[in-house]
Amino acid sequence: MKVRYFPGCTLKNKAQDLDLFARKSALALGIEMEEIPMWQCCGGVFVSANDEVATKLSSIRALSDAEEHHSPLVTVCSACHNVIKQTNHQFNTDSAFRQKAVNYLASDTVYQGGAEIYHYLEMLRDLVGFDEIKKKVVKPLTGRKIAVYYGCLLLRPNSVMKMDDPENPQIFESLIRALGAESVYYPMRNECCGGYIALESKELAEKKSRSVYESAKSAGADTIVTACPLCRYNLLKNNSPLPVVYFTELLAEALGAKEDSNE
Amino acid sequence: MNNRQKQEEILRISGVNARKCMKCGKCSATCPAYDEMEYHPHEFVYMVETGDIDRLMASQSLYKCLSCFACVDRCPRGVQPFKLIEAVRLMNIRKQGNNHMTANDIPSILDDDMPQQAIVSAFRKYTK
Ligand code: SF4
Ligand code: SF4
Repeated sequence: MKVRYFPGCTLKNKAQDLDLFARKSALALGIEMEEIPMWQCCGGVFVSANDEVATKLSSIRALSDAEEHHSPLVTVCSACHNVIKQTNHQFNTDSAFRQKAVNYLASDTVYQGGAEIYHYLEMLRDLVGFDEIKKKVVKPLTGRKIAVYYGCLLLRPNSVMKMDDPENPQIFESLIRALGAESVYYPMRNECCGGYIALESKELAEKKSRSVYESAKSAGADTIVTACPLCRYNLLKNNSPLPVVYFTELLAEALGAKEDSNE
Repeated sequence: MNNRQKQEEILRISGVNARKCMKCGKCSATCPAYDEMEYHPHEFVYMVETGDIDRLMASQSLYKCLSCFACVDRCPRGVQPFKLIEAVRLMNIRKQGNNHMTANDIPSILDDDMPQQAIVSAFRKYTK
């Protein structure tokens, strides 16, 4: 199976492991991730004002590429996923915005609003299946106690993201169990790490991050797992006592794809 | 723009119907930035509804919102207070010279581990 892949700026720089292990794991699962040529940064956060157009065009270009190739659009970074999905939603529900965006882009192929967007976790659940993944695990993560950290952007706003029940999600936990590890429940798994406030108020970022990793630690976890480079940064910068790793790294480890020769 | 026009503009670009709010306070109770805010999400809704715009526009609370969408998902009336905060912030930074953060501020904030995502996000929220 082939998918169109939007890596985003951070996976090409500070979060190269998130990208590398996503590609390796996909190969091990028989999925070819074709990187969209000349993709542009999503901007990191969705601007909700309905008259904001220019900042959303990079997302529409990626959506249009996937539609043109009749392939699912796959994202790995939580932020890219959130921005692209919310932009697609606005494109399909706000005709004034749609018209302005189409005019701005003035491209030969006009996006029709039909792209199917999958976060990598959704790709694993919906296009591969956790049972299939379980069968392909060669190095089960037996004995590991994993705290999955959703943060905000994968789940909210739920009316648009529709990944899972936003207050009682299971997708991330199901993956961890398929890999043979124990998934540890803790209350702060879908609360905010502080996000970009790290640039505005280090104190607030610290407070928010601490509340997340303390919650995970007191639940008995040995590792926190995330899909978001900014979550990882905030937790580690603010002295998480637990290691914080990308979910793609655990996946690659369990699939035996981690130590393969570098691409 | 007078207060009335500002109110209309905020309601228009946010798409929010502030009158749906039943003043339960759930948005503020769930807001992770609550402690740092002078005006909290439910107060934003009330102040926009009553046209008390200038005080909101002058408040640092605009820059404390984390865009976590918790108040969007947990409001029992679907009011989406986040969208009002965003709209008021945009009204501010869209004015020439009103950026909350500039490129010159970045070097002193930067460290070796900071992901690009953090910087582009802050710019999108604080700068036009
Ligand atoms: S989106 Fe902003 S206002 Fe709403 S809960 Fe999150 S931080 Fe608070
Ligand atoms: S949660 Fe909704 S209804 Fe309750 S105070 Fe906030 S905006 Fe109003």
